[in-house]
Amino acid sequence: MDTAFAPEDLAFRDEVRAFFAEAYDDELQARIASPETFREAIIDWQKRLYEQGWIAPNWPTQYGGTGWDATRQFIFESERAAAGIRDVVPFGLKMVGHVIYTFGSEEQKERFLPPILKSDHWWCQGYSEPGAGSDLASLKTRAVLDGDEYVVNGAKIWTTYAQYADWIFCLVRTNTEVKKQDGISFLLIDMKSPGVKVNPIVSIDNHHSLNEVEFNNVRVPVANRIGEQDKGWTYAKALLAHERTAIAQVADSKRNLAEVKELARREVNGGQSLLAEPLFQKRLSDIEIDLMALEFTELRVLASVAAGGSPGAESSLLKIKGTEIQQAVQELRMDVAAYYQGVLPTDLSPEQLGHAFGSQARYAYMYGRASTIYGGSNEVQKNIIAKAVLGL
Amino acid sequence: MNFDFSEEQVMLRDSVARFIQDDYDFDTRRRIAASEEGMSRENWKTFAELGWLSIPFAEEHGGYGGSAVDVMLLMEQFGRGLVLEPYLATVVLFGGLLEKAGSEEQKGEFIPRIIAGECLGAFAWLERQSRFELADVRTTARQEGAGYVLNGEKVVVFNGANADHLIVSARTGGEQSDRQGISLFLLPADTAGVQRLSYRMMDGQRVANVVLNNVEIPAGSLVGPAGEGYPLIEALALEANIALAAEAVGIMETLNAKTVEYTKTREQFGVAISSFQALQHRMVDTFMAAEQTRSLLYRAVCALSDEQEDVATAVHALKVMVDRAGKHIFGEAIQLHGGMGITDELDIGHYAKRLMMINTTFGNGDYHQAQFNALRYQ
Repeated sequence: MDTAFAPEDLAFRDEVRAFFAEAYDDELQARIASPETFREAIIDWQKRLYEQGWIAPNWPTQYGGTGWDATRQFIFESERAAAGIRDVVPFGLKMVGHVIYTFGSEEQKERFLPPILKSDHWWCQGYSEPGAGSDLASLKTRAVLDGDEYVVNGAKIWTTYAQYADWIFCLVRTNTEVKKQDGISFLLIDMKSPGVKVNPIVSIDNHHSLNEVEFNNVRVPVANRIGEQDKGWTYAKALLAHERTAIAQVADSKRNLAEVKELARREVNGGQSLLAEPLFQKRLSDIEIDLMALEFTELRVLASVAAGGSPGAESSLLKIKGTEIQQAVQELRMDVAAYYQGVLPTDLSPEQLGHAFGSQARYAYMYGRASTIYGGSNEVQKNIIAKAVLGL
Repeated sequence: MNFDFSEEQVMLRDSVARFIQDDYDFDTRRRIAASEEGMSRENWKTFAELGWLSIPFAEEHGGYGGSAVDVMLLMEQFGRGLVLEPYLATVVLFGGLLEKAGSEEQKGEFIPRIIAGECLGAFAWLERQSRFELADVRTTARQEGAGYVLNGEKVVVFNGANADHLIVSARTGGEQSDRQGISLFLLPADTAGVQRLSYRMMDGQRVANVVLNNVEIPAGSLVGPAGEGYPLIEALALEANIALAAEAVGIMETLNAKTVEYTKTREQFGVAISSFQALQHRMVDTFMAAEQTRSLLYRAVCALSDEQEDVATAVHALKVMVDRAGKHIFGEAIQLHGGMGITDELDIGHYAKRLMMINTTFGNGDYHQAQFNALRYQ
């Protein structure tokens, strides 16, 4: 048992750190921060990662992955987060990509994997429905075979970035005569298909990232079905484990916590730094200690996956603890911001406003409420652990 | 990076697990706890024969030359069996101090005897006023002629009554809480002027208060340099806390497993109570708490050999988690066992009581969190 970095790992860390410092420049950051330029800036950034050969750290090398071991994946994620760089948009690279190279046909791999790696296709995820949230398998979006096409009718909801997406991967019902899990298929649908309509949903953070996606007689070639008809639930579940592992965002929480600590150091309360207050320190270290533990829990999972396992029920643990910690950090940042936690986006400069991070704290906190709900609510994750690990 | 154990380590773990399973069931343990000495000298001999008493010692004194990982694996299994024999007191504390700072003569005399199971030791550091402050020492060691004279009192000395030799911390200089001026002395427990008052703790341990009344010892009794004992005690406490945390993880996982099994067999309202979601989610919470504690245990052990990590920070975090997760886990174990959970007959309460003593030994959660905060938030 040993977690010390070897000299070559330290050299790799320096290489990654130098790359991020050089490539993720101020101009790019400004373009990502602005809603008008967000989509193209994200694509530019991801293309830069692609050119560097680092776009898919956890894909197998034969499909364009880096072939990094657990240590290097950990270093890469840590450096990315420490540099304040957001994770890649997950729907292609961290979700459907795994399904396509694991269960897709050779033709599908050739057709879909390169554009995912190059960020030429922006993907979104069609899982939840207005009537199917935690009980995902009860989904009703119907796909009926008509010649060599499916005709899809129904609606998906909470679809993040559907307004930007070129493609959506969807769970659809292809059989109503069997147990609900046994009648689901996995389809890849072109968002430009006639009959696809995207309706925006403004969320509690006052932003538009969520959508409802309607399907009215949308025709989808059978060639766009992953694997066998009615076997989609199996593929969907494999994706969910990757999704949950990605949601944990341990490295980002570490960075955010360090940032909150520095913000608290500069806040003055009755003449002394907020960071010096014992009650604040207690809250901070409650989170930090949990996070130190989760970092090693994640390393244990990474090491076991790198040794040939696949993320199983442990990914539910990562999801639960990871999102609880994210929310605790967001809450602490709100409390550090005090009155300014309520600031909505404004044209006033920080100098005029008298504060720099209140609005950002509010945004993160408010949108952060979603993390314990999406990817399977934390309560559902507990059901999974109860069944798969504890045998209850 | 890897979390694998070597073949030898797996063998060690399995051999301890086998001993617990075959020779240390709960009834046996209960009989040992109720015996005069509160430990089994026969078991101690077995530990020696199996090589367990040699693990942390250097090969030149007949030791196994093992690492913190080896001690961790053994202690975790000891936790599962609630082992009463004084491994921590004799091997980790008493032996650990000798290994760190003993003279060649002291090492040559005592380490082979510890390994052979012929020496039971104890480390007397605590005083009635000192709580968790390791530097709070009033006991004095006055230099006189070619030796020292000890006066004072040590309390809650683990294995203090059974030990044939003691290491005692005493002041050769400085004021009550100074880090400077603390010295360590090795002496036979039956030295004139040493009075031992033995009593029992809730986790089955035998401890003693040790009264030192003009105890005359030779200069060669000094362990390590005079007045420089504090850094040794501090370093020892880190290792002891890791060993204790490993024991705690063994207990936590045992409590969780027993609780899950119990809910599967206990029927109410015509069904096994394990079918209730209200209980399932609580068992998931305790499962996660144990996993998180294991992660911090690994983190602390790895920190010992990783220059990028601060050992003290990792150990403080670990001990906070042991405290919080421990209370959470044994609390739920008792609650989910219902009325049976509060009986002396069932082992659940005994695991709980050992966890409580582990929490408080070498600093409880609040103490370590304050230390953690002081290191991290300046």
